[in-house]
Amino acid sequence: MRLVDIAHARSGDKGDRADIGLFARNAADYAIIRRTVTAERVAAHFRGIAAGPVEIWPLDNLWAIKIVLNGALQGNAARSLRSDNLGKCLAAALLRMEIETT
Amino acid sequence: MGVRIGAGLGFYGDAWAPVAATLARGEVQYIGSDHLSELTLAILQKDRMKDPGAGYTRDLVPMMTALWPAARQHGVKFLLNAGGLNPQGAAAVLAAEFAKRGWQAKVAVVTGDGVLDRLDELQAAGDSLAHMDTGADIASVRERMLFANAYLGAQPLVEALRQGADIVLTGRVADAALFMAPLIHEFDWAWDDWQKLAQALTVGHLLECSGQGSGGNFNAYGEHGWQSIPDYPHLGYPIAEVSADGTAVITKAPGTGGRVDFDTLRQQLLYEVHNPHRYFSPDVVLDMGTLRLTDLGNDRVEVKGASGLPRTDSLKIVGGYADGWAGSATIGYCWPQAYQKARATERIVRQLLAERKLDYEEIHSEFIGLDSLLGPLADTSRADELNEVYLRMLVRTPDKRLAEAFPRQIPWLGLSGPPTASGFSGIEPARALLGLWPTLARRELIESQVQVTVTNT
Repeated sequence: MRLVDIAHARSGDKGDRADIGLFARNAADYAIIRRTVTAERVAAHFRGIAAGPVEIWPLDNLWAIKIVLNGALQGNAARSLRSDNLGKCLAAALLRMEIETT
Repeated sequence: MGVRIGAGLGFYGDAWAPVAATLARGEVQYIGSDHLSELTLAILQKDRMKDPGAGYTRDLVPMMTALWPAARQHGVKFLLNAGGLNPQGAAAVLAAEFAKRGWQAKVAVVTGDGVLDRLDELQAAGDSLAHMDTGADIASVRERMLFANAYLGAQPLVEALRQGADIVLTGRVADAALFMAPLIHEFDWAWDDWQKLAQALTVGHLLECSGQGSGGNFNAYGEHGWQSIPDYPHLGYPIAEVSADGTAVITKAPGTGGRVDFDTLRQQLLYEVHNPHRYFSPDVVLDMGTLRLTDLGNDRVEVKGASGLPRTDSLKIVGGYADGWAGSATIGYCWPQAYQKARATERIVRQLLAERKLDYEEIHSEFIGLDSLLGPLADTSRADELNEVYLRMLVRTPDKRLAEAFPRQIPWLGLSGPPTASGFSGIEPARALLGLWPTLARRELIESQVQVTVTNT
């Protein structure tokens, strides 16, 4: 299963930091996300994009986790050479991640 | 009685037709319009380098010209950060346009956020101005600094409203301050009522990105995903209906497209947030961990429970400095072997750059239609079957002439390289790159210079 099957997400930028909000549709899926979407897994998934550490901030009240990818935007959007200079597609890229549901 | 505030623009270049819908049917008293981002200040700086009278967002005058008659009719006040790097210049062109049309309005201008010419003074007063994230010394970029602006809070905007302003024009203020100020003004909330200020900050954050708070850019798939958002062409921007105790309902104007529900709203709530338990603003620090979003149905979501912590003693400054140049070119190839041909061209160009000793700091390649947006995360397993693909190459260099030289290496390959080259982008001009310098300065050193000037057009 991929994250896109049980969650939705939006990404944004602040300087060299890309951030992704990841949202489960219900408590059961939130539990799966909490278990499977770890800083280590996310860092491995974004290898080649995020140079710095990955932070995970869970929000039980929203069935959501905030993910911060440090060093992910080539300095910042006005310095980046990438077409996706704002990291708008990084949330979609996260949704492609394979997860184990059992 | 509650206060109703509507979202204006969410960025420089955003549409104002949805704001017209809010004015006509949204029953709002205020519109907060956010024209700035980190990237926008860089764009405005480029404008200002060409013309010292520029530096504000040029959508201000056409937008206010289009919206003011309805705003006047419904008694709606505007707060806009469209002043950018030149709020006084923005106010002058707006006043001239209003005078030409015989329109009268009380316009307030907030200044004092620009600190480029005060950096030495701030350092002398004891602020290191070191990079907030890396701790690097500002001396490394000081000579190349092109702008530096502090994020002001809601206080000068509240002052402008107290003086009866119809239109409040600012430069760099915290985005949410544009929405917090009317609430603080109307309800006379105390500056240390952290819970209410935290609710106000939450409301501002939910409204500051226009359509992103009402179903736009809703990155969800499947049954209730983006395809289920009604009527994109007439998507309505969010409206907040706030009570004196800070409780808010987020909604939108009747008859507009889009959707305000638990899902669309929480996507915006966490947007561009780092630590959600310490969301900093100049006026309060918000902890989102206690927020409750309750879907009331019919595009109405109740927002309550925000926790507020006292504001900090410092304000954030973001500076921008010249950080080299980019040269770029794009060229397309069609089936058969579109991707192989584009890859071959990329290798040829890299080889020629090396042979010709064109020494770039970085050479970046993307294949539009394959990996230009997902980069190393793209699935390239079917690359060989693509109907067409574009090679986009960019170089980074401190030397503008070297950046300009780059696209000139490409055109001859149309006749003398791999077959079917087409859709060449032409000799694109070099683009100035900007580094950003986020730092902190003591609040009183900034706020002591902030001024609010109110004039009648």
